[in-house]
Amino acid sequence: MSSPSSERSLNPFSLYRLQLILKHCLSFLKSRIISSFNTPLIHSKIFRRVLSLFIFFGVWQLLCMTKFNFFINFEFLPSPLEVVGATVQFFTNDPMQHIRASIVRVLTGFSIAAILGITLGILIGWFQQIEDLVFLPLELLRPIPAVAWIPLAILMFPNSEAGMIYITFIGAFFPILISTIRGVECTDLLLLRVGQCLGATQWHIFKDIVIPGALPSIASGLVIGMGNSWFCLVTAEILAGRYGVGYITWESYVTSNYPPIVMGMLMIGLMGAFSAYAVDRLTCLLMPWRVTKKQPL
Amino acid sequence: MTTLVEKSATSTVKGFVEVENLSVSFRRKGQCIQVLDGIDFKVHPGEFICLLGPSGCGKSTVLNAIAGFVKPSGGHVFVDKRHVDTPGADRGFVFQQYSLLPWKTTFQNVEFGLKIRGISKTKRSEIVNDYLNRVGLYKHRHSYPHQLSGGMQQRASIIRALVNSPSVLLMDEPFAALDAQTRHMMQELLLSIWSDLKTTVIFVTHDIEEAIFLSDKIFVMGVNPGRIKAVLDAPLDRPRHVDIVLSPEAVQLNRQVFELIREETIKSMEVESL
Ligand SMILES: Nc1ncnc2c1ncn2[C@@H]1O[C@H](COP(=O)(O)OP(=O)(O)O)[C@@H](O)[C@H]1O
Ligand SMILES: [Mg+2]
Repeated sequence: MSSPSSERSLNPFSLYRLQLILKHCLSFLKSRIISSFNTPLIHSKIFRRVLSLFIFFGVWQLLCMTKFNFFINFEFLPSPLEVVGATVQFFTNDPMQHIRASIVRVLTGFSIAAILGITLGILIGWFQQIEDLVFLPLELLRPIPAVAWIPLAILMFPNSEAGMIYITFIGAFFPILISTIRGVECTDLLLLRVGQCLGATQWHIFKDIVIPGALPSIASGLVIGMGNSWFCLVTAEILAGRYGVGYITWESYVTSNYPPIVMGMLMIGLMGAFSAYAVDRLTCLLMPWRVTKKQPL
Repeated sequence: MTTLVEKSATSTVKGFVEVENLSVSFRRKGQCIQVLDGIDFKVHPGEFICLLGPSGCGKSTVLNAIAGFVKPSGGHVFVDKRHVDTPGADRGFVFQQYSLLPWKTTFQNVEFGLKIRGISKTKRSEIVNDYLNRVGLYKHRHSYPHQLSGGMQQRASIIRALVNSPSVLLMDEPFAALDAQTRHMMQELLLSIWSDLKTTVIFVTHDIEEAIFLSDKIFVMGVNPGRIKAVLDAPLDRPRHVDIVLSPEAVQLNRQVFELIREETIKSMEVESL
């Protein structure tokens, strides 16, 4: 923040240095990559994915060590090693209370969003009158970002915990709602006719045709919603007093302590990715009939 | 197999379809287009009827009106003397598109109609397994539709409609998407099931040979607006073997129908090019 912008922008010396560094890196990588391409390892998917992580963190470390500064400035950025240091410190200092607090907030917000979003989405998708009654107000609320809710969350809820849950809820609710509505509305007319010709009542059509047909769409809403809940966590935990991974991230920013910020970001990314993956797997279990493109037939 | 035969005794009394002066029009871009004009025919219990005509002449629309999917703008449809206004289980339907519910196994798909009617589980699986055996799908009963070939899916669709023992089975080009070999197998299979059950069948096709091979009577439809142009008997002996379409009577009939349809096809093309 304090460094004047003129220093950060193009300067011929750093350009020259960059060229040198790139040359070195390339020749090094070339020899490494060529030799590894000849081994059977590169054909393993797991190996390739692990490699991608090494490359990511390696490049990051390299950029920090060389104080890379070409439009984007890595000079003041915490390097992966500093982040590891911050992480070690975090984990030696009762980490579970932070992690638990965040997980509870996200899961509570997400669960409420899932129940309300799916229920309301089905009702809106299925009954025209209900759509007419509630859809416009919801559309009005939908584009409001989570941060904008903070003042109101403080005013509306009896304690900050409820306010935080509300903000993670907001993140998950709209994707789930919209996907459910779309899923129900896109019911295949042909399959509705199949049901009618078999004498299906509204209830059977709903239960055996509309809902299963909407399930893939609902599932993707849940996966996106889960990610969004974590996405809103830092915002939510601005309201927090003591605990939470998002709280640490925000607090470190306020005190200009950068390595824990990156650690917090990575932890949120990690937990978000993991829980979205878990939601994806769980919903796939509900749909054994589904063919996905990547799955060999 | 016994249940199939038992049912045939009871199902011959029902299946009387009357279409009286049926007209259907659709609104398109603000214009009112009359698709069907004064369609009039009767189908007697146990008959196998083919509706034959060039594409776009309104065959599906006739079937949809009988099923209750489409509201007539004039005229009436009666099935067993009951006026048709909504879809119902007394009219089974087999669609041209594959229409098994993707989230149900073959068994569950076939079972669906019986489940809706609240038939007990043991009775259901007895009936369903019986039909599955009949069309060679028993070993695929736990497969999902995406794991079945097109022919298997259509076989399952046919018995899904038949387990309900409908008054009439409406079939809209059910074999059009299949390859020639499979189509012949399916036609023979359909005839063998029909000869057991004697359910009334109204079968839509644009394939002259298919119509001659399958039906008792062929209703040839004309275009613009759709109407019944001619009613022809297909007097080939039953049971029929695929070779029968090569017999002199069949060839003669084929030529006759071909001329009728050709006129209509030319007419429909003239209108299109206007
Ligand atoms: N829902 C609809 N809305 C407007 N036009 C339709 C509709 N259904 C069918 N048609 C028109 O009616 C005509 C007959 O259609 P269809 O019954 O599907 O013919 P076929 O099955 O003989 O090919 C076509 O010109 C088609 O475009
Ligand atoms: Mg058609």
